Amino acid sequence: MFALAASAYRAIMRDPESPQKPRFLRASFRTLAALALMGALAACNSVVLRPAGDVARQQSDLVVVSTVLMLIIIVPVMALTVFFAWRYRASNSAAEYQPDWDHSTQLELVIWAAPLLIIICLGALTWVGTHLLDPYRAIGRLDEHTPVAPDARPLEIDVVALDWKWLFIYPEQGVATVNELVVPTGRPLQFRITSSSVMNSFYVPAMAGQIYAMPGMETRLHAVMNRPVTSVGFSANYSGAGFSNMRFPVRALGSDGFDRWIGEVRATGVKPQPAGRPADDVVPGDPPVPMLGGTLDRAAYLTLEKPSEKVPSIRFAAVDPQLYDAVVNMCVEPGKMCTSEMMAIDMRGGLGKAGIRNVSMLAYDKHGRQATLAAKANPGEAVRRELAWVRALCARAPGKTPDGTVRPPLDPRALGGAGLPAPGTAQSRAPASASFPLLSRN
Amino acid sequence: MAIEAVDHAHWSPLLGRLGLDAIPQEPIVLATFAVVVLGGVAMLAALTYFRLWGYLWKEWFTSVDHKKIGVMYMALGLVMFLRGFADAVMMRIQQAMAFNGNEGYLNSHHYDQIFTAHGVIMIFFVAMPFVTGLMNYIVPLQIGARDVSFPFLNNFSFWMTTAGAVLVMMSLFVGEFAQTGWLAYPPLSNLAYSPWVGVDYYIWALQIAGVGTLLSGVNLIATIVKMRCPGMTMMRMPIFTWTALCTNILIVAAFPVLTAVLCMLTVDRYLGFNFFTNDFGGNAMMYVNLIWIWGHPEVYILILPIFGVFSEITSTFCGKRLFGYSSMVYATLVITILSYVVWLHHFFTMGSGASVNSFFGITTMVISIPTGAKLFNWLFTMYRGRIRFELPMMWTVAFMLTFVVGGMTGVLLAVPPADFVLHNSLFLIAHFHNVIIGGVVFGVFAAINYWWPKAFGFRLNQFWGKVSFWCWVTGFWFAFMPLYVLGLMGVTRRMRVFDDPSLQVWFGIAAFGAFLIALGIGAMLIQFAVSIRNREALRDETGDPWDGRTLEWSTSSPPPEYNFAFTPIVHDIDAWADMKACKVARPLGGFRPIHMPKGTGTGVILAGLSTALGFAMIWYIWWLAALSFVGIIGYAIVHTFNYRRDYHIPAATVAETEAARTRRLAAAGA
Repeated sequence: MFALAASAYRAIMRDPESPQKPRFLRASFRTLAALALMGALAACNSVVLRPAGDVARQQSDLVVVSTVLMLIIIVPVMALTVFFAWRYRASNSAAEYQPDWDHSTQLELVIWAAPLLIIICLGALTWVGTHLLDPYRAIGRLDEHTPVAPDARPLEIDVVALDWKWLFIYPEQGVATVNELVVPTGRPLQFRITSSSVMNSFYVPAMAGQIYAMPGMETRLHAVMNRPVTSVGFSANYSGAGFSNMRFPVRALGSDGFDRWIGEVRATGVKPQPAGRPADDVVPGDPPVPMLGGTLDRAAYLTLEKPSEKVPSIRFAAVDPQLYDAVVNMCVEPGKMCTSEMMAIDMRGGLGKAGIRNVSMLAYDKHGRQATLAAKANPGEAVRRELAWVRALCARAPGKTPDGTVRPPLDPRALGGAGLPAPGTAQSRAPASASFPLLSRN
Repeated sequence: MAIEAVDHAHWSPLLGRLGLDAIPQEPIVLATFAVVVLGGVAMLAALTYFRLWGYLWKEWFTSVDHKKIGVMYMALGLVMFLRGFADAVMMRIQQAMAFNGNEGYLNSHHYDQIFTAHGVIMIFFVAMPFVTGLMNYIVPLQIGARDVSFPFLNNFSFWMTTAGAVLVMMSLFVGEFAQTGWLAYPPLSNLAYSPWVGVDYYIWALQIAGVGTLLSGVNLIATIVKMRCPGMTMMRMPIFTWTALCTNILIVAAFPVLTAVLCMLTVDRYLGFNFFTNDFGGNAMMYVNLIWIWGHPEVYILILPIFGVFSEITSTFCGKRLFGYSSMVYATLVITILSYVVWLHHFFTMGSGASVNSFFGITTMVISIPTGAKLFNWLFTMYRGRIRFELPMMWTVAFMLTFVVGGMTGVLLAVPPADFVLHNSLFLIAHFHNVIIGGVVFGVFAAINYWWPKAFGFRLNQFWGKVSFWCWVTGFWFAFMPLYVLGLMGVTRRMRVFDDPSLQVWFGIAAFGAFLIALGIGAMLIQFAVSIRNREALRDETGDPWDGRTLEWSTSSPPPEYNFAFTPIVHDIDAWADMKACKVARPLGGFRPIHMPKGTGTGVILAGLSTALGFAMIWYIWWLAALSFVGIIGYAIVHTFNYRRDYHIPAATVAETEAARTRRLAAAGA
């Protein structure tokens, strides 16, 4: 049945992989869609229904097709409601009146079966559509006529939602921008998305649907822009005081234009630029706006990360290649252990008591946006408190723990039974690995 | 305007975090504060002047009569509705203004509290009290019982809900409310990003009100299961009672999840736990899952009893048995069960795999099948009926036409790829207002118009009721259809300022809709006032003004304290219609003393202590927290030694009450 649904889906969605193209179906759907939505939307610019990217376009097609499917049942219900209300009004004594008529098996069958049929269609469409348009799935076509070339390499863009602005890192080009997203047309795009403090949602309606940006986690989005366009992107999930202005211009340029733009970023990104509100919005008495530019390294990121609103576009001519991974693992600040390192240690059985010292290196939230502001008034306080805590926990001074207290970690395979001898064999247990490669942050 | 970094870091043993900085400085809040204080003083003075304190305390506050508690729930819902609507109007004005560099009249600290408070109040302190109030009033009457199973618990539940509402109202003038959105997602709601009292108000208000909701759920389940009159088998229960049963099952199963998840957030904030922090292995995704495991059933907790209301009204005003009673019951049960397997559709965009997303998308769509069946059942109840378009029936038809649109957009949002482009947009806002206003609010108004004569003995004024109806219905369409359009234009919810000037016209239309709704609310208040003033002209002596079909219409309006002089015996689904058809005579003699529960002030006292506990925890006033906690436990124990819990209404009093009714019936010519 799902095979059937898939082929129907392809037909509707004009998938080039599909062998047959029933044009009449396409045409009728588009006509119906136009009829259904023209009334309300003729006058306005609905970016959701008329996007510039193929993924968003397929998503909007699904919106339209689902609506039409449901109208098949909604319109008769509304019409019947009005008709029955009028026909059987008390003043119309000509209408039939059957006060004890309360059951009809045939009618019951119809009223359960009709919605069921619609939902079966819609469910099949949903199953197939959700899998095809899964944001984690690399796109298979650039538009309805062009499949992605087998050797095509997507452009990777790493996105970090900051308080309250967006950072875009272009690892392939080695540049970064704040509040400015430019992408080439006709090339698959792969976004890796995270956040620095709270949950946001990365959404460029002209390009593709949204996905959450969450601290300490990474989500992905695959998309493509089909025509040059100037549009807007924003956070679609409330994230605090500066949320309303967490918007950025999005431009899709032809590949030449994109390369030119990268050159521009490299050229203009070396100069220091104001990393704060535009000049006309600054009130006397506010702290001076920091200047950023050149290389986006860890120090620059920590300055950038501080809460600010209405930040104009900032360009960086170069970027620390490890920065994005450090952001995801919450270890940009010097002295922090990356969560990936902690997870690797834990996976190998942990460090026993000595591991307690690691805990202090994982603290992250206490540097949250309010604490950042408070810490400015009283620097050193957080550090002192942390050290006191570590001293209290460790009998010996930090750093002086003899190596003997660090137990060799368990072989994780043994937990799953993988390392145990087969029953009946004399072979003893395979020796646990005595050491494990200490992960170092490079 | 720079980002405000107000330092609230002081603490003292006596007052905790409470200080002069807790009084908001914004002129709008100060003016509201002044009005509320003046109004409050005037009301207290009036109560004292007219010597109403004793009456209120004895007859209402300490009453365990399910009817009075039901009325108090409705009053609470109405008062909080006005507050929640004021928030809505402020948002509509802000969003209609804030274009072209205009910042509007609300800063983000104020605006973000308003949209959070609007959601919290409308769900927890408007819709829930309305629905609980209806169930409290109607269910025992419909099943021929004299009260609920645990009358004191009922009183206690009401006052706990009120205590939560009091804390939310307090946050307006002392400190701040949460700026997180109505579900307070971490990490934003965690201490690092919301350091002051806003989220603590949210937590404690919801926890304390949640106790009330949960206990009233237990109470009503026990009542429906154990206290039905002879002959009323499960499949002869009125549909409203069926939906009430399913709703309370949902409450009992879902609210503990809310309690647990708020507890976890509490220990994160108060004791440095790391359930939902970014660091130390905490994970905010857990919170989002847990809160929606409560949150989705909550939606059905609100709408199911309203479906019941519409079933009763349709059948009554069409003068016809309900079409497909058993399919209605099974549809309700299916919805009850399915409402537990759809929660993930609230966050498809979190990045679950495609199979997970499709599973939850499809289960969501499946819910529309029983819901659709219900709609058809109402439709075919109208078919070959004699429809009297009194106000309750007008609301019902408006509901049917409005709700299907909301249902359709709901199923649309259940398609994950569609949700990716519409999630968190104003399209979503339009959708859930479409089902909550078009469903719950319209249903509550239908119910008020329908059962008001039962509760007070006179009908509501029709003219003002119709004015209110038309203002509400047109106002609703004006206020929310533009939001659908804006959603398709890619506009996100919770925005305070906009930079695309082409959007302004739509917000203007929405604001006009809100204005029409305000007129509708005004007309409704006038309707109440006019009806109370002309109550003698609108008086109904029969107890059955609509030619009703269920047991509540068989007793007098308002019903006597004991509801029924003799427990009725039931032979059909529409028990009262059946009795009327069989010309069952009302018993006129042979009355016996009636055993009734006695009122107690314990509910008020425990809820008062809980308010103090919540307030103390919010402000870190540890001595008061300890004292009020001990007080709650101590007083609860003391109450167990109260043996004066019941009394008997003497047979002579019953005979007198019934004789008076016989005289009134005779005078009315019935």
